[in-house]
Amino acid sequence: MKIQVFGPGCAKCTQTEKVVREALAESGVQADVVKITDFQEIASFGVFSTPAVAVDGEVKLVGAVPTKNDVLGWLK
Amino acid sequence: MSSNCSCSCGEAPKFVFSCSGAADVGEIADRAARVVSREGAIKMFCLAGIGGRVSGIVKSTEAAALVVAVDGCPLNCARKTLEQAGITDVKHVQLHELGLKKGESPATEERIEQTAQAIRSLLG
Repeated sequence: MKIQVFGPGCAKCTQTEKVVREALAESGVQADVVKITDFQEIASFGVFSTPAVAVDGEVKLVGAVPTKNDVLGWLK
Repeated sequence: MSSNCSCSCGEAPKFVFSCSGAADVGEIADRAARVVSREGAIKMFCLAGIGGRVSGIVKSTEAAALVVAVDGCPLNCARKTLEQAGITDVKHVQLHELGLKKGESPATEERIEQTAQAIRSLLG
């Protein structure tokens, strides 16, 4: 599984990565977390607001920091 | 958020979707959406991405501060496409209601500007 965290690196983006990693640790699911900071690459996913999160290439959330429960739901 | 943040966090975009249909009014809708998009206050986004359920496009649209659908004719394909993807809070420009009838309205600069102005009037 690959989880992509989209955002140039501000506080909300950093918080999003933190929540994703906490959820992964809690779930025990093995996944690669990849940060995507380049806007052109972010836009190539159709994402035009950050932070955003994709799981295996499917965008799950745009423009908000997910809750841990959000992420846990995506991992199922 | 850090005070020197230069990213798009917290900046919900505004999107305009055009039916871009095959008829003359579809061309007007498309070109008017491009005109206002180039002006910068709202961004033209891909209706085909909504129809194709491209996740990034659908989720970005769900997070938008404003969604405008521009339909050339009363079939309202753009608005219906958005609604079927679950995006129902949509402001609507319908060219028929602007007096531009399908098959009788070649895409002139005047008609494109008339439609662009109708889009601008929704921007607040």
